[in-house]
Amino acid sequence: MDHLDRLEAQSIFILREAYKKFGKLGMLWSIGKDSTVMLWLAKKAFFGHCPFPFIHVDTTHKIPEMIAFRDRMAKEYNVELIVHKNEEALQAGMGPDKGRLVCCKALKTDGLQQVVTKYEFEGLILGIRRDEEGSRSKERVFSERNKDSEWDYTNQAPELWDQFKTDFPKGNHIRVHPILHWNEMDIWTYIERENIELVDLYFAKNGKRYRSLGCAPCTGQIDSNAVTVAEIIEELKNTKVGERAGRAQDQEDSYAMQKLRKDGYM
Amino acid sequence: MEKTKEVLNIVVVGHVDHGKSTVIGRLLYDTKSLPEGAIDRVKRIAKEKGKPFEYAYLLDAFEEEQKQGITIDTTQLQFRTEKRDYVIIDAPGHKEFLKNMISGAASAEAALLIIDANEGIQEQSKRHGYILSLLGIQKAYVLVNKMDLIDYSEEKFNAIKQEMNEFLNSLHVYPLKYIPVSAFHGENITLPSEKMPWYKGEPVLKALDLFEKDKGLAGKPLRFPIQDVYKFDDRRIIAGRIEAGTLQVGDEILISPSNKVTKIKSIEYWADKDKKNKAIAGMSVGITVEDEFFNKRGEFISHNYDAPITSDTFKVSLFWMGKQDLVKNKEYKLKLATQEVECEVYAITKVIDATTLENIEHASCAKTNDVAEVRIKTKGKICFDEFKNNQTTGRFVIVDGYDVCGGGIVTGLAEETQRTSRLVKHTDEILINCFDEQYYILAEGGVKRIEGRPHTFTIGDIIPSIGATYEYPENFNVLDLESNLVGIVRKSKLQDIIVFTNYEYDAIPFIESKGLSLRLTSQEEFQSFRIDLEKLQHGEGVQIASFANKWFNFMKFKQIRYVTAIKSLEIEYQI
Repeated sequence: MDHLDRLEAQSIFILREAYKKFGKLGMLWSIGKDSTVMLWLAKKAFFGHCPFPFIHVDTTHKIPEMIAFRDRMAKEYNVELIVHKNEEALQAGMGPDKGRLVCCKALKTDGLQQVVTKYEFEGLILGIRRDEEGSRSKERVFSERNKDSEWDYTNQAPELWDQFKTDFPKGNHIRVHPILHWNEMDIWTYIERENIELVDLYFAKNGKRYRSLGCAPCTGQIDSNAVTVAEIIEELKNTKVGERAGRAQDQEDSYAMQKLRKDGYM
Repeated sequence: MEKTKEVLNIVVVGHVDHGKSTVIGRLLYDTKSLPEGAIDRVKRIAKEKGKPFEYAYLLDAFEEEQKQGITIDTTQLQFRTEKRDYVIIDAPGHKEFLKNMISGAASAEAALLIIDANEGIQEQSKRHGYILSLLGIQKAYVLVNKMDLIDYSEEKFNAIKQEMNEFLNSLHVYPLKYIPVSAFHGENITLPSEKMPWYKGEPVLKALDLFEKDKGLAGKPLRFPIQDVYKFDDRRIIAGRIEAGTLQVGDEILISPSNKVTKIKSIEYWADKDKKNKAIAGMSVGITVEDEFFNKRGEFISHNYDAPITSDTFKVSLFWMGKQDLVKNKEYKLKLATQEVECEVYAITKVIDATTLENIEHASCAKTNDVAEVRIKTKGKICFDEFKNNQTTGRFVIVDGYDVCGGGIVTGLAEETQRTSRLVKHTDEILINCFDEQYYILAEGGVKRIEGRPHTFTIGDIIPSIGATYEYPENFNVLDLESNLVGIVRKSKLQDIIVFTNYEYDAIPFIESKGLSLRLTSQEEFQSFRIDLEKLQHGEGVQIASFANKWFNFMKFKQIRYVTAIKSLEIEYQI
């Protein structure tokens, strides 16, 4: 087994644990590269089937190509798709002009919380990775949230030998992180090996491309001429810039992510 | 290049404030493994907090950690050398966060144990050493940090080295290297330190590359715990991760503990490139089998010649992390591989203070951060291996309520409450091991005595005179050298128990209570034996070894059989 085989086997093990343990399980699909890799891993774990719905929390500020890609892929992969918007906040005019963190909280965190409550999810699968930023580097594979989706990060449960947290009071839910142990380069080399189709925003047009995808107003592009996965891998080998440098919400405050994620952000 | 990439997981442990996060931060900094802006961000935070620059902030991402200057939770970071990639696991050193330290250390293959040169060995230095030994992490270096505070003194370094080595060796942890460093000043981190010319070894970065990675588990006996059974389409797929060994289409397999035998029909796949006929340890696979039994999560698939142990009682060593004490006769949940079962602790043999290695006298419970040796009884039989034979199927966690509160390793099978069989007549009692079996275990390369199921035989009972590895005549006597009592067996029944001095020699064979034949073939020998025995018992110049060599004959009624491994210690009596 090579490095990617080991990463894949561990992720499949985690997905299968989640499926076995949670009656009500859903996978968050942000249309980005990481959650699209997870979609692929789910197909492998369940031999071509996706035995749980995919959830997209739509802020309505996403880049239009993402929505088109989402709808096409959902059909091609034959997955059940739940699209949810925080209608109340949107009607009240929520947007990044109200403050980036305020907007993230309302449209993403609260939107997600509404989905959890509506569908009574016990388990939510998310494609976060430890190497993305500090608070994610401290995450568990199975990470408990209380009924308000809050994360008690200073008192996390022990997690050893792949014996995950599967006992918790009703009303709480578990965030399952199958690709927590992957890094950005792993994701790209896996995409190359498995030939996984991605939204083409990742590939350079007119000397610019997206390295990390989010909402249009808060996501910046990088200078790049990489138009293939192989070229992106080459580019990443030589970069010194952080993956999420183009994500405005991260830069708002030294502890922006910690604060957002404590309240239930992805 | 990516395809052959090797990754080693290393945990950094040690007492609070001894510099674990600083060592890692410095390694990342010196190897230029940090993204642009990371150092600037730390400088900004230090300024905001009015504190000096700390490498530790690179890992201690939580605001609470940076404010208090301690690591609360474990972090994993990656960096690479020319040789390979590393996942460095930072573990908190504060006693309060031991559960987080264990969460981090549990996934490591090697460890760096950090000791502050100025403070020397502290409580958590030792406790962490103990945890490493329990987790089975045998590859470790000790880094004596903050050498700048003791003027880079070789003498003080050697004193710490000697003390720590003594402690760790008593736990069977043998550090491969002791390295004097000053992480904050970067001494002996990536380059040899000019301040410590007396140190002739490698700096940390070079030393890391010298850790040898464990060979995979593919060569061990097959252990494939069933994770789930899928019926999404017309295939009935048994899914799971192979924890050890190799399986192949066509293999005959045993499913334990239900003891069903079948053959592997196929290894299933979704993407065409994943099609295969053989799968090895570490892979998450799905198989179909020829006979469609009812299978369920938790069962172990193995080859029938190399089955796991199946039992409901066993001995374990464990560490306790629960807020509530670990107590006897309370219901807990035990999780081992994919098995989940109710269990209780029925005996607490030892509770150890992990920092002094001293037994806590008369302990009736284990408290948070204690290490204990206990016996566990599960509701129903489960499959496992001894930890020393197979780590992945020899370790478990204990859940109390909603929380994982303990982790441990299986050290062996527990003797049942009655440890040995007995021959009994009124108040006369002989403890016997003569119905135990002797096996040469090929996997271990040695002979083992396997105790039969303990049983009490009273007058008139039939005794198991023929076992798998012994065969006694139908008439014989069992002499207990300690109590001087003789069990009289006639026609394979216990006829009487009498005092040895009342026994008249009648040429019927004698064995002692463990089943060793006594060389008594004549009246003369019988007399001579009595005299020797009396001298032995009175300490009159007869040594037990020379006595044994003169009078015992092991092979007379016994033989040693060869087995691959021990499947189960339960031996059926032929009655």
